[in-house]
Amino acid sequence: MIVATLSVTATLGPVVVPYDPTATNVGPQIQSPTLAHPLGTDQLGRDVLSRVVHGARYSLGIALLVTGIRVVLGTIVGLAAGYAGGWIDEALMRLVDIQLAFPGLVLALVVAGILGPSLRNVMIALAVVGWATYARIVRGTVLSAKEREYVAAGRLFGAPRWRIARRHLLPSVMNPVMVIGTLNIGTVVLATAGLSFIGLGAQPPTPEWGTMLAGGRHYLRTAWWLVNVPGIAIALTVLGFNLLGDGLRDALDPHLQTRVEEV
Amino acid sequence: MNLGNYLLYRLSTALTVLFGASALSFGLVFLTPGDPAETILDQREDTHPTPEAVEAFREAEGLNDPIPIQYVDWVVGISNGDLGESYYSSQSVTTLLVEHAPTTIELALASMVVALCIAVPAGIVSAVHRGDRIDIGSQLAALIGVSMPNFWLGYLLIIVFSLYLGLFPVSGSGSLSQLVLPAVTLGSGMAAIITRLVRTAMLDELESEYVTAARAKGLRERLVLYKHVLRNALIPVITIVGLQFGFVLNGALVVEVVFQRPGLGMLLVDSIFARNYPVVQGIVLLTAVIFVVTNLLVDLSYYRLDPRIRLGGTNS
Repeated sequence: MIVATLSVTATLGPVVVPYDPTATNVGPQIQSPTLAHPLGTDQLGRDVLSRVVHGARYSLGIALLVTGIRVVLGTIVGLAAGYAGGWIDEALMRLVDIQLAFPGLVLALVVAGILGPSLRNVMIALAVVGWATYARIVRGTVLSAKEREYVAAGRLFGAPRWRIARRHLLPSVMNPVMVIGTLNIGTVVLATAGLSFIGLGAQPPTPEWGTMLAGGRHYLRTAWWLVNVPGIAIALTVLGFNLLGDGLRDALDPHLQTRVEEV
Repeated sequence: MNLGNYLLYRLSTALTVLFGASALSFGLVFLTPGDPAETILDQREDTHPTPEAVEAFREAEGLNDPIPIQYVDWVVGISNGDLGESYYSSQSVTTLLVEHAPTTIELALASMVVALCIAVPAGIVSAVHRGDRIDIGSQLAALIGVSMPNFWLGYLLIIVFSLYLGLFPVSGSGSLSQLVLPAVTLGSGMAAIITRLVRTAMLDELESEYVTAARAKGLRERLVLYKHVLRNALIPVITIVGLQFGFVLNGALVVEVVFQRPGLGMLLVDSIFARNYPVVQGIVLLTAVIFVVTNLLVDLSYYRLDPRIRLGGTNS
């Protein structure tokens, strides 16, 4: 439900909202919610509702893209490690260990910071720090799937290795990856907003939720809505994806132990 | 696997990982677009540096050596406790880390306490009253807790408890009253994760046969719960809590910015923006070391608590 509403908001919202999200002085500066500006205006007289609706586009777009890259990278590495075995497996898994030896957000912060503050660099940073979990899960699933009869049968009939990997092993990893991926979208939304809040992601005047929150923090006493509106937007989005992920897990893979990673 | 072999195995993997992590901490800096020396000087002096100044800086910081040599120098330095010097002051990175660490450790410990105080009772109640209103309520609360960005929660608490009620100071560190809000901010997110964990672990244990047996022989329910079920249920919980300790640094980054606490997170953020790379390398390496060591300790405590590992289960 929440996710559906969000998707509609992200696609149609920007067309519907009355004001340009970056236009200043469309109303008085720092005005509490009124009929003309249902969520108030900010320190530059911009309409907060328009900004938050536009923000949905950034957050969802980035989260989907970043999660997509993580899934693809992780699945390739996991498939290769699990199927090839031997030293390839050993080397790839050590790489995963090294990657997982860092708290994700710290590493993402450093990568994004060194590349320079921008939304694109935050996406790169978040994509490269998050694939290892998928690789581990995919490898585990592949290892158990490899022992199944149908894989042995495929091999017996002389099917090429890549074909076995694609036709028989890939489908078995789809379910866990989808569940983790959905739960992961929420954490990516959080991380993107967090990095933008720190000042590494979207730069003002971009209507990104984390950036908006950072802009509003100097007006806590006078304008409570400036931090709370984007805050609620982020929380609802993450909640939506967490609910969806939990639902998917119950439906697809009830035995899957999901460890909710922080990033 | 006996203890000796197991220790040896875990130590060797931990060392491999540490080696890789140190190379990564060191190498990250070379991702800088353009010439690091020029970028750093540009930022430090606020004017465009002369070619001579850049050359002098490179020479002084050893940036002219081949990268592998720089790495070896760095590692040799570390083994003597020397992580280099800050580009901006003559302070050594080690001193900076030692100065900032207590603030973060304080926050980490306090938020763990907050998290456990909320999560263990909530998880137990949830599991015992499975499916009741109270269980659904606590699960919903946990879900909301996981979904809330901690920087927003921090400001929410500041607005309510500092600005309106005037109970706690807005920012800073050092006193207990300044620790309360940051610890609650960071701890409640962790509590949400740990509550779910305690609940699942308790439910798993409650279904096992020894519980039925204990009940059948007339053991009081309270004794069954606390002496038997809780004890076994806490094994997986310890792992995650241990891992969370490393993750605390993730949260501390943001929470320290919100509450203006001069800890490691704040130092890292400042150093990143200032391109103060020796400090960045030092902090990144330190977090990796903390992470690897907590992982190792968690695995070893598992070994003590869960006999199955001792009997040769594989560790993946």
